[in-house]
Amino acid sequence: MSTSLRNSILSLAAAGFLVGGIALALFWAPEDADQGFSQKIFYIHVPIALTAYACFGFGAWKALRLLWTKDARYDLESYTAIHMGVIFGLLTLATGSIWAKISWGHWWTWGERQLVLFLILFLFYSSYFMLRYSTEPGPRRQRNSAVYALFGVVLIPVSFLAVRIAGTILHPTIFTHEGANLPGEMLLAFCICLAGMLALAATLYRVELAGKRIDSSLRELRELLA
Amino acid sequence: MSGYAADVAALARKDLLLELRSRDTLPAMLLFVVSALTVFHFALPPDSSARAETGLLWIAIVFTALLGLTRAFAPEREDGLLDGLVLAPCDRSAIWVGKTIGVIAFLVLAELVALPAFALFFHSLSWELVAAVALADIGIAAIGTLLAAIAAASRARELLLPLLFLPLAIPVVIGGVGASVAANPGSFLGFLGLYDAVFAILSWASFEYVVTE
Amino acid sequence: MIRARELSKRFGDKRVLDGLELEVPQGGFVLVTGPNGSGKTTLLRLCAGLAAPTSGELDVDAPRGAIGFLAHEPLVYRELTALENLDLYGRLYRIRERRERCGAMLERFGLWRSRNERAGTFSRGMLQRLAICRTFLHDPDLLLLDEPFDGLDAEGAKMLYLKLAEHGSTALVATHDPKSLAIRATARIGLA
Repeated sequence: MSTSLRNSILSLAAAGFLVGGIALALFWAPEDADQGFSQKIFYIHVPIALTAYACFGFGAWKALRLLWTKDARYDLESYTAIHMGVIFGLLTLATGSIWAKISWGHWWTWGERQLVLFLILFLFYSSYFMLRYSTEPGPRRQRNSAVYALFGVVLIPVSFLAVRIAGTILHPTIFTHEGANLPGEMLLAFCICLAGMLALAATLYRVELAGKRIDSSLRELRELLA
Repeated sequence: MSGYAADVAALARKDLLLELRSRDTLPAMLLFVVSALTVFHFALPPDSSARAETGLLWIAIVFTALLGLTRAFAPEREDGLLDGLVLAPCDRSAIWVGKTIGVIAFLVLAELVALPAFALFFHSLSWELVAAVALADIGIAAIGTLLAAIAAASRARELLLPLLFLPLAIPVVIGGVGASVAANPGSFLGFLGLYDAVFAILSWASFEYVVTE
Repeated sequence: MIRARELSKRFGDKRVLDGLELEVPQGGFVLVTGPNGSGKTTLLRLCAGLAAPTSGELDVDAPRGAIGFLAHEPLVYRELTALENLDLYGRLYRIRERRERCGAMLERFGLWRSRNERAGTFSRGMLQRLAICRTFLHDPDLLLLDEPFDGLDAEGAKMLYLKLAEHGSTALVATHDPKSLAIRATARIGLA
C-alpha cells in the first residue's frame, strides 16, 4: 500500500470516527445526571488527553530506538511525535479549562488533577523544544533530545503520583469524572471518539513527518550541490 | 577497591579538591540562600503561616541548587576537559556518579547554613523536614548533573538548565513541602525515595549517551 | 590499526570530511597535512572516539585505554598541580606504580621542579609538555597527536622528538610542518 493511500485511509478513518463519535456523544448518549449537557465536553477532553499521553509514549519509544540503534531517522520521528503530544496537550488544557469554566465558573482550578498534571507535562515538553532549539543539529542534539524524552515519559507517572498525594494537603481535589464505570452508551461514544482522536494524531504525525523528511532531504541535496 | 568505585572516588575527590582551591561555587551558594531567606521575610506578610514559610524554604533550596548546578561542569567546559574524561577507559557513568556526589556535598554544606538560618529567621525545624531535604538533595543532584551535561552542549546553557530542571523539580517540591507540613509525612518521604530511585537510575544509565556521540 | 572508508563528517551544513580513505597499519607513523580547517583535528577526534562519523566506515583497532590523544587543548585542570593532574589520569587509566610513573614522566619532560605548581600558572610551552606527559602516561599503543610541536621551545621539541623516535607504536599525527617529522614518517596524507 503506498504512503499516500495509507494516509488517505487514515484521515478518512479519523474523520469518520470523530464525526461519528461526536454525533453519538451529542445526540445519542444520555446526559450526565449531575453536570447536564456541559459534561459532553468530556467526550473530547479525555480522548485528547489520552492521545497526548500516547504521543509522548510513542516519542519516548522512538527516542529509545535512537539510542539503541544510533539510526538518525528515529530522531525526526521522536521529535514529531512529541510535537503532536504538545499540540494535543495544549488542547487538553484548553478543553479542560473550558470545562472548568462551565462547571465551576473558573478558567483554572488546582483541584483538577488531570489539568495540573498536564500543566507540568506541558512545561516539561516545552523545555524539550527549547533544548532542541538551542543546540546545534547533529548527533549531540539527537541524543540529548532522546534522553530528555525518556525523562518525560518517566515524569508522567511520577507527576501523577505527586499531584495525587499533593491533593491531600495542598489543594482539595474536586471529585470529577472517573470514567471507568460509564454506562454502555457513554462508553461506546467515548471509545469511538478516542479512536477518532488517535487516528487524527496518527494522520497529523505522518503528514508532519513526511514534511520534515522532505525538508531534511532538500537541505542535504542543496549542500551536496554547493 | 574495585575499578568502578576507584574511578568514582578519583573523580569525586577531584571535584571537591577543585572547589576547595577555587572557592567560587560554595560561597556563592551560601550567600545566595541566606539572601533569599532574607528577601522572603520581607516578601511575606507579618502574620504568615508556618506553611507559607516552609514553602519558601523549599523554593530557596531549589534555586540554590540551580545556582550550584550551573557550575557543575564549569571546569570541564572551560578547558574542554570533558574530552579528557570521556577518552579514559572508565565507564562514563562513573563521571556522573562522581559529579553527583560532589553536588550532594555542596548542597549539604549549603543546607548546613540554610536550615539553621531558616530556624533563626522563621520557625524551628522538624526532623521530617530535615529528612525530606536529605532525600530531595539526592534527587536534585541526580537529575541536575545529567541536565547540566545536556545543557553544556547547547548555545544558551545558563538559560537552558533552569528550563530543563524546573518541571522535573516540581514533584520534589511537592514531596518536600508535603513531608514538612502534612499530618502523614511518611507517604511524602516514601514518594521522595521513589523519585530518587527512579531518576537516579535513569540518569545513571543515560549519562553515557549525553557525553558521547 | 586504523581503517577508514568513505569517511564523511558534517557539522550542520558544513562538510568537513568527504569520502576519506585512510589506512594506518600496525607500527605505522602517518602524517596528516593540510591547511587550517581542512579537517585534521576532526579526523583525529573521530579516530579517538570523541565524535561519530556522519557516514562511512571507521575501524580503530585499539581499546580506549590504549589510545593516547594529544588535542589542541592540554586537557588539564588549571586548579590542580601538574602532579595531581597526572595522578588523576593515572588512576583513570589504571596505571601500575602510578606515583613512580608520573614522576618519571614529569622528569623526562623537564617539569619535575614545577610538579607542585598549579597548571594554571604554567606557560604555553609547559602546558604543552604537561599535555604530552598526559598523552604518553599510560604507554599507549595508538598515538593521535594534533600539532604536537605547537608551543614547544627548542628543548621541549627535542624531548618530544626523542620520545617519538623511540616509541614503536602506531601514530597518526596532524601537523602543518611535515618536514620535521619526515624521517620518522612511514606515510603521509594531505587533506584539502
